[in-house]
Amino acid sequence: MSFASGTVALIDNGGANVASVVHALERLGVQAERTASPERIAAADRVILPGVGAAADAMARLQASGLDRLIPTLRQPLLGICLGMQLLFSSSAEGDVDCLQLLHGRAQRFPTGGLPVPHMGWNELRLLKPSPLLAGLKDGDYAYFVHSYALPITADTLASADYGGEFTAIAARDNFYGAQFHPERSARVGSILIANFLRLPAGGH
Amino acid sequence: MDVRDGLVVKGVRFRDHEVVGDILELAARYAAEGADELVFYDITASPEGRGVDRRWIERIGRLLDIPFCVAGGIRSIAEAEAVLAAGAEKISVNSPALAQPQLIDDLARRFGSQCVVVGIDSQTFEGRYEVYQFTGDPTKTRSTARATLDWVREVQTRGAGEIVLNCMSSDGVRHGYDLPQLQAVRAICDVPLIASGGAGTMAHFTAVFKAAQVDGALAASVFHKGLIAITDLKRQLAADGIPVRPPEGNSP
Repeated sequence: MSFASGTVALIDNGGANVASVVHALERLGVQAERTASPERIAAADRVILPGVGAAADAMARLQASGLDRLIPTLRQPLLGICLGMQLLFSSSAEGDVDCLQLLHGRAQRFPTGGLPVPHMGWNELRLLKPSPLLAGLKDGDYAYFVHSYALPITADTLASADYGGEFTAIAARDNFYGAQFHPERSARVGSILIANFLRLPAGGH
Repeated sequence: MDVRDGLVVKGVRFRDHEVVGDILELAARYAAEGADELVFYDITASPEGRGVDRRWIERIGRLLDIPFCVAGGIRSIAEAEAVLAAGAEKISVNSPALAQPQLIDDLARRFGSQCVVVGIDSQTFEGRYEVYQFTGDPTKTRSTARATLDWVREVQTRGAGEIVLNCMSSDGVRHGYDLPQLQAVRAICDVPLIASGGAGTMAHFTAVFKAAQVDGALAASVFHKGLIAITDLKRQLAADGIPVRPPEGNSP
């Protein structure tokens, strides 16, 4: 498989899952550049913001490198993964921190006392809105989730999943896309989503 | 998969290991058949007092498009970081966490609880469940004299994001999961709980999901020996009313 995907910048923000995202892109024949350089990120045709860890720490790292100011100015497609998706939203209860505010909603901790937290494992997607990012996906497709905080269903939600209540699994606004699950570890379903992202029109930058 | 020198091995009741195949070939096969997660135990790591050999982890990371966890002799933040950087989703600690429980807190703080699995080898000793240590090497295996239920509570307080409970007297003998022990642990376990040890038939998997409400069931010998195909197992679990990711169309 190959794509006219142009250059892909993978924002290296200190999270631990950067290598798995690199490997997933390689399996699709795409070589991404791991970088924290604002210039390299701004120049890329596509940008991926992975993330594992805590929201407040991740925002602090973005602020330290100036990326919190750069990212909102990007016009090329950007995909946030897991915590990377949550950072695109307004705020997070994890450390009570303001995020990038490109999508609207606040990440909340899963209620404890019911199901085990973190929500860790395969769960079904429910598609709510059409989007080129969802091409080839269908209701009931399974994706691999690992998270303790989640976004409610908002105006920007494209697909949901249910874990003691519905939450946002895939979201988008303008050129900013996000997946709460790990497409790089979601077998065929994840590979379809990444391939769809690589096929989105590159847009101006 | 128990890994020794880059090969997958399997013992009976944790002893007498035989080679069952090449690690990459087996990993690819199980992923293609619909395994939801693979766990690699470097069984020689802790008893010999060395860290995990990381070269195969990177190769597994490039190959697999499903989550995988690496266990074996991870004693420090730096060793954990190298394993995660090679592409593993999770690290699992067992003997080093018993020797130095603070390791669980440190790992959870640095990488988040979702990365930190605590493996517990447990069996009944004088009427209670006790935690065992250094189970990869029969000559070094010993009881820690810790009560399993106390340890399950403690590791959660310290930040474990998942517990794999391996019931040693069931391991490799295929007489079924230790349901009473798993039920006792489930009752006090608020994080995902994975059952390990004893799977012999597809009915054993159904029973452990229904009776002990575990979040996952781990097995090795039934798959290595070809006694159960993962594809058939997932169809059977679905037919028994247990939600599973369907086997079709998920090959790498």
